[in-house]
Amino acid sequence: MVIKFDGLTEVTPHIEPHLLDVLETVSDPEIPVLSVLDLGVIREAVEVDGVVHIKLTPTYSGCPAMDVMSDDLKTAFEKAGKKAIVKLVLAPAWSSDWISEAGKKKMEAYGIAAPLDATADKEALLGEAKVVACTNCGSKNTRLVSQFGSTACKALFQCNDCQEPFDYFKCLT
Amino acid sequence: MKQDTLYQYILGIADNSLILGQRLGELCGHGPTLETDIAITNISLDLIGQTRSYYQYAAGLCDDGRTEDDIAFLRKEREYRNVLLVEQPNTHFGYVMVRQFFFDVFHLLFLKELQQSSDETLVAIANKAVKEVTYHQRFSSDWVKRLGDGTKESHEKIQEAVDDLWRYTEGLFYVTEVESAAVKDGIGVAVSSLKDAYYEHIKSVLTEATLSVPEHSFFQKGGKDGIHTEHMGYLLSDLQYMQRTFPNMNW
Repeated sequence: MVIKFDGLTEVTPHIEPHLLDVLETVSDPEIPVLSVLDLGVIREAVEVDGVVHIKLTPTYSGCPAMDVMSDDLKTAFEKAGKKAIVKLVLAPAWSSDWISEAGKKKMEAYGIAAPLDATADKEALLGEAKVVACTNCGSKNTRLVSQFGSTACKALFQCNDCQEPFDYFKCLT
Repeated sequence: MKQDTLYQYILGIADNSLILGQRLGELCGHGPTLETDIAITNISLDLIGQTRSYYQYAAGLCDDGRTEDDIAFLRKEREYRNVLLVEQPNTHFGYVMVRQFFFDVFHLLFLKELQQSSDETLVAIANKAVKEVTYHQRFSSDWVKRLGDGTKESHEKIQEAVDDLWRYTEGLFYVTEVESAAVKDGIGVAVSSLKDAYYEHIKSVLTEATLSVPEHSFFQKGGKDGIHTEHMGYLLSDLQYMQRTFPNMNW
């Protein structure tokens, strides 16, 4: 997995392949269909002398899901017979570009519109362009209800055609 | 730079976010509509999250086992360094939005400068926060325009809020000794250099909102030196209640 950082440098998280299976089982408590890998919040996962060291980065500064994710990671590795130490890192700052393609598809299927690129996102959130497609009927005839949604990372939209209210995962790059 | 000066400098930044975060948190469940209620709480959460990063960093600089909670909950009123603007009480929604707008414009300019600091941790926090505050400013500017250019009543109410809160804006650019020292060492932001850009931006939004820009030149002093308005004590008694009543309690 290669992730972009600030559109300039490509930053690949250092994750040891044998740890992937366990990491994949830990999900974002607020969007349970996404694993921590899909979300791109694992910056590093290495095993040293039987202890797994994980570096986790928050999506938003005040994201309350971080403590839960951290506990869930420890529990998941405990079940696999390993001790895990989770450390929170702030730099580089998380970007919605780090969400994997598979993650975006899972998000859409779950009823949350995936983040657009930065320009389209700005237009969408300023109500200048209709670019966010309804997760229910696919229509782009949607409107912004609020720039802030049910969690820090989402905005609230509604479809003008089928009337479905839905969340849009905000672009954060 | 002396550790203590850095510690004080970090608190000066963080206290604004803590106090405004607390003010906005008071509105949880009391917003005029569900969407604005959620938005206000989201902004509060971002600010408190940023505060935690700053306080954790500051606590780590002390060797006395101090934690972020000690810094947030166990200081006396005069030890808080926030500007007067952010401690002003919630009255009506328009007032809350003007207070937010006046702070957001400053906050974003400030964070963009902090991204150039020579202190790596402050840069990391600023890089994260700048993305969040961009949304805050978008939200508050939008409401200032909507209410200013809205009905006769909304226009009157928001104009009143602009006139009332204007006197606290100058305090954002007051430079303390700690800040001067931090600027000298390449760590801090020279806030006085942000002033022109700040007022220019504020004026352009107010004009677009069909609001008039206040002309009176009296500005309330205090805040950054620890001298607060009467509202601060009430806010702190709420904020600190649990830690004062049950010392060292934990979730």
